[in-house]
Amino acid sequence: MKLRDTPLLLIVALVVLLAIGLILPQWALSFVSVALYLGIVVLGMALMMRTGLVSFGQGLYYCLGAYAAGTLDHFFKLSDLLLMVVAGALVAGVVAVILGFLLSKYRDIFFAMLSLAFSMILYGLLVKSSELGSTDGFGLSVKTFAGIAISASAVRYTIYAFSAVLATLFAIGMHRYFNSHLGRLAGAIRDNELRVEYMGASVRRVIHLNYVISAVLAGVGGALMAGAIGHVDPETTANWTTSGEFVFIAILAGTGSVAAPFLGAGIFEAVRTFALQYFPNTWQMTLGITMLLVIMFLPGGLWSVFGLRRRST
Amino acid sequence: MKHRLLRLARAAALIALCASTTSIMAEEAKPIRIGFVTFLSGPAAGPFGVPAKLAAEAIVASINAGKAPAPHNTKGFGGAPVELVVIDEAGGATKQVSEYRNLVERSDVDFVIGYISSGDCLAVAPVAEEMKKLTVLFDCGTPRIFEEASYKYVFRTRPHATMDAVGAALYLTEQQKNIKTFAGINQNYAWGQDSWNDFTAAMSVLKPEAKITTSQMPKFGAGQYGAEISALIDSQSDVIHSSLWGGDLEAFMLQAVPRELFKSSRLVLVAGEPYLVRLGTSIPDGTIVGARGTHGVFAPASPLNNWLTEIYKAKAEGVIPTYPAYSAASAILGLKAAYEKAKITKLSASIPMGANKGVKEEMEKAYQVGPSQEEIIAAFEKLTFDSPSGKVRMTLGKGHQAVAGTAYGTTKLVNGAVTVVNIKEYPAERVQPPDGVASPDWIKGGMKPAK
Amino acid sequence: MGQLPAVIVDGVLYASWMFVIAVGLTLIYGVMKILNVAHGSLYALGAYTASTAAGYWLSHGHAPMGSYVVLLLAALVVGLIAGPLIERGLLRFMYGRDEIVLVLVTYALFLILEDFTKLLFGVDPILVAEPYGLLGNLQMGRLIYPVYSFVLVAAAILVGVALALVLNRTRQGKILRAVIHDREMSTAVGINVSRVYLVTFTIGAMLAALGGALTAPTTSVQPGIGAEVIVLAFAIVVVGGLGSLGGAAVGALLVGLVRSAAVHYQPEVELFSVYVVMALVLIIRPKGLFAAPEVRKI
Repeated sequence: MKLRDTPLLLIVALVVLLAIGLILPQWALSFVSVALYLGIVVLGMALMMRTGLVSFGQGLYYCLGAYAAGTLDHFFKLSDLLLMVVAGALVAGVVAVILGFLLSKYRDIFFAMLSLAFSMILYGLLVKSSELGSTDGFGLSVKTFAGIAISASAVRYTIYAFSAVLATLFAIGMHRYFNSHLGRLAGAIRDNELRVEYMGASVRRVIHLNYVISAVLAGVGGALMAGAIGHVDPETTANWTTSGEFVFIAILAGTGSVAAPFLGAGIFEAVRTFALQYFPNTWQMTLGITMLLVIMFLPGGLWSVFGLRRRST
Repeated sequence: MKHRLLRLARAAALIALCASTTSIMAEEAKPIRIGFVTFLSGPAAGPFGVPAKLAAEAIVASINAGKAPAPHNTKGFGGAPVELVVIDEAGGATKQVSEYRNLVERSDVDFVIGYISSGDCLAVAPVAEEMKKLTVLFDCGTPRIFEEASYKYVFRTRPHATMDAVGAALYLTEQQKNIKTFAGINQNYAWGQDSWNDFTAAMSVLKPEAKITTSQMPKFGAGQYGAEISALIDSQSDVIHSSLWGGDLEAFMLQAVPRELFKSSRLVLVAGEPYLVRLGTSIPDGTIVGARGTHGVFAPASPLNNWLTEIYKAKAEGVIPTYPAYSAASAILGLKAAYEKAKITKLSASIPMGANKGVKEEMEKAYQVGPSQEEIIAAFEKLTFDSPSGKVRMTLGKGHQAVAGTAYGTTKLVNGAVTVVNIKEYPAERVQPPDGVASPDWIKGGMKPAK
Repeated sequence: MGQLPAVIVDGVLYASWMFVIAVGLTLIYGVMKILNVAHGSLYALGAYTASTAAGYWLSHGHAPMGSYVVLLLAALVVGLIAGPLIERGLLRFMYGRDEIVLVLVTYALFLILEDFTKLLFGVDPILVAEPYGLLGNLQMGRLIYPVYSFVLVAAAILVGVALALVLNRTRQGKILRAVIHDREMSTAVGINVSRVYLVTFTIGAMLAALGGALTAPTTSVQPGIGAEVIVLAFAIVVVGGLGSLGGAAVGALLVGLVRSAAVHYQPEVELFSVYVVMALVLIIRPKGLFAAPEVRKI
């Protein structure tokens, strides 16, 4: 992966985002926020995919992050955005450390299916829980950031800005990680695990670590989503269809660049909104056709459009 | 004397202007855009989403032509034609929040009417409040909306689901004195869970000696109920409560009737009314059926009811309207009533006292602009209006949540056709908590009628 | 326990319903290494077509027993049209891509077929129940079961036996098994793998449609039945071992019995019983119960 001053580009992008966020209409702010928090989740998926594993249950951590954030406000009246994100990351991380012991033993379709099973178990638990609103979920609102009160009209921008900052930080972090020793091991594991073992590195440890990192990212994404949307429910977080969407965006984006997940998320969200609005009776078909076209003509993911030849997924 | 003449002149001018609505407004009225959100795909589309959409479209076409019966006979909303912008409620609560923002900001709608799913209602309400856009929730059932928060911009023109469960328990215990055991089969999601919980709570007050044998909670959309039916037959319960709807209800009935589940158990279908037509003769005699309100077969005979039936049948190729159509009617007519009340209030306030010049211009100006959101809200709160389901009173939730009575009946096969007999109505106070009291607490406290 | 016979009967009924669907899925995976998410849509298409055709047949006053033939024919037609169309028209271009990409292709196909089915058949549920009640009822103790439910069991057994015979005794079957075992080697020995794929996918599609057609008289065919069924089918196929016929049968029985037991004794856990079983099996046998041993390539 070429270095090419990527961190600098990302910081420039951040500054641009923060600036135009001040003049964008509400719906555009919301739209970019969606691309940002979905992109963070997909960034984690990209890490796993570089390690050769595709999770069909990332919704588990996305859901945990969202519910952690929601619980803070709904049950403990702590409506601080920073706290929510930290809580989301922590809860997701802890669960991932535990489940990672088990899941790091699986590969390919079995990894995918087992991760799906766990996310559906969480889904079942949430549906059963009437205190958490069952399938209706519950609402939350963001009132402060790191203790500082935010005025009602500035909440959208605050969430947007924080999402942008976090996205940039994580993207730069991932970029450094991919170029580090541990990061390069991921690609090696994907190519041939046995050789990595012979080299003396512990495949399971690396997979476990990457799994936890991707889970934390998903948890942060979920918490940000909870803040942005103001509502959490099991259907749009833990259900397998949500995880499937993450996988799609990940494939759409490709693993070539740390900025690709955000672009991919933006495009996906745009297509979905476009389809719902203009084809209210056939939006699923529109989405499916778009997915097929992308898979067929952009095998390397989005980044191949820019002429940078990346390994196809 | 001069004072009184002025007042008379003012009143006369007002009447004259109201009477000449069409001539002034026909060319200059800006259409009122209403976003209408309902299920166009997925399992809720067939039984609820599409009937609601058809009803909305038929109603809007009819009121734009001024053909609705009094008191809704003005054209459009106070003379301005109404346009519907219909979008699909599918995609989940998160998606619907984004779509709501798009509706308001990009499609530039004046009002939003919609939402069948309780999850969507709960998610969208705070957004409506944030964006200060008058939103009428027309069909969702959860009591949580106005029991957990108060809203200025959000209204719901139908009573919430507590009414269905309490009404069912009241009717059942009145019809059947000897109930030793009862069971339930409900879909395992918020609506099914809440229905069952409210029903069992009401039963524990009305008939504490009745025991619950089994509560089956199949997955939403399961479609195959073989094991559940066996368990229900085995339980030999006197009564089976069910809030199943849609294809799930049809599948359940299809599988349960031949297995003679209802030979020994009496079925209570809380949301059964739409299926009287579809399931027809396969509904066992003696089934207790509700329509989530005084809709459809329970609707009072009235010109409004006849009108809705006629225009809906014309739109839906001869099918008669079921309760989603009635919910849509209440929402649109309620909003219309509030709009027109606000407009008249605004008009009468716009006529300056003591001026006899410029009155017509002032009024025309007030007329064209139309009432603001705040003015309509003020008119909507605590409003009482007429709908094809009867009178709707916006009295709960600080004037934002409708109350109405409900009715239940028993099915009976008469000359090979399924009819509903023994219809009993329950007024709002007996089936809904008073303002400020949460539904679960009210039921546990003995369901004392609100004053 | 008084309920035990019911638990077993209900479990077997549920299992046979799922088996017909799962076996097609596992066959497709075994041969083509594609986890076909659109399998659910084929099931739905089969159900819709069968219901509509049977309804048409019955409403025109034809012999009621003929409706069974109509159901079977509907399934055949759907499979024979949709199978080759999808395989030749879409999947063929995707072979050689990553497994996950293929899953996404079938997921996209699933989305497309959902709306396609909606456009073709509308959103109202379709109810054609006559074939369900035609064969009368069977009394077992306190419980009554329509004989038709056991038709499903018979169909499942027939399908299973037929497939087993074909796979083990016929030449075509051996070719299929060769391809399941090692695609590269099969091509090397001159097997027309591309044609094997076409045949397999078509059979899989027919089986999915058959599952839908046989189930249609017992239920109300509505949008979303495809999605319902696919996750269950995945769970069974993974539990049984991908590509294993016997595994699909055992997986279906396991899931069916566990679910039935949950419904009878502890209904609240019914919702996750399937996933818990799946997770437990995968923990004990990471590749499923009867997975073919994989040769590790260095």
